[in-house]
Amino acid sequence: MAHAYQTDQYEGMIAETVTMKGHNGDTINAYVARPLGAGPFPGMVVIHHAPGWDEWYRECTRKFAHHGFVAISPNLYFRDGHGTPEDVGAKVRAAGGAPDARVLGDLDGANALLRSLPYVSRKVGIFGTCSGGRQAFLAGCRLKGLDAVIECWGGRVVMSKEELTPSQPVAPIEYTKDLSAPILGLFGNEDKSPTPEQVNQHEAELKKHGKSYEFHRYDGAGHGFFYYDRAAYRQEQAMDGWKKLFAFTDRTLR
Amino acid sequence: MCTMIAQQVRIFGRGKSGPEWFDVREANVSYDHPYDLPLEHALNIDFVNEAMGPGARVAVELSVDAARQLVRTIQAVLAEADQRGVLEDCPVIAVPAREISTT
Repeated sequence: MAHAYQTDQYEGMIAETVTMKGHNGDTINAYVARPLGAGPFPGMVVIHHAPGWDEWYRECTRKFAHHGFVAISPNLYFRDGHGTPEDVGAKVRAAGGAPDARVLGDLDGANALLRSLPYVSRKVGIFGTCSGGRQAFLAGCRLKGLDAVIECWGGRVVMSKEELTPSQPVAPIEYTKDLSAPILGLFGNEDKSPTPEQVNQHEAELKKHGKSYEFHRYDGAGHGFFYYDRAAYRQEQAMDGWKKLFAFTDRTLR
Repeated sequence: MCTMIAQQVRIFGRGKSGPEWFDVREANVSYDHPYDLPLEHALNIDFVNEAMGPGARVAVELSVDAARQLVRTIQAVLAEADQRGVLEDCPVIAVPAREISTT
């Protein structure tokens, strides 16, 4: 992994649940992890995947803190009730996912909170997997004040007309021209959402609009190959993905 | 999720997810990521009672083949019961399925 720390160095971290202002000024909760110290550290908005605001995302948020970021993972399902992450996630699954406008409002609020903290530098990135990958790209196009976008296997960036709903009314790829930050994309070539063909379309659109992008596509991997708690985990591809991710953030956020 | 293929139907019944039975009022049917079945996508059925909160849920995650076999089996059992004249006139709430998204 890219974090070359020494065995005799000091390190410490604080991680806790906080509240923050999200879409429409609503109060929602979020999980924040940060290294101890004055910083300044770059910020990272961590978008949980569709299955929910779960343990993997807690650990992922702490992983970013371990690598020197102040990381915040807002609970995008806060308004859908409380219970186990699975039960709440299943409720949102049945509703066809969280509305894009609400998600963007919550992500904007998370960025604003990071930027208000005295130990956060002027650089903030955004990371997401699965539906969160889609939302990371959407945020990079629709929100101001993001310096790097990390999209991991974002499904439904490319959407047919039949897939559009009132809560997700526009295919994110339509906003490509508005992308305001460099983007790193990680994809598995055996994924069904997005398919390699959809990733081709995504890449072609980025190229067409002259955007700064870096896509890596892995053979032998499908959807969610970072998830060590699922059968989809692919150790070699995941470790290479994390390495590329931290190389990207070294260039864009430090 | 990544397919967002989900529909909900109002139902009348009871389910059990712990020691106690509870009224199930909605069934959420999706073809999307399962939580526990080691497949990328599965046919998921959540029998829920929305009024009781997200925890009132009986969940099953099925492979496509299993789901199709289950549908055929339910239809066959109901047909046999009908043929033998033992179908009861249960108070099923006849509310049309609310379509969440289309494929």
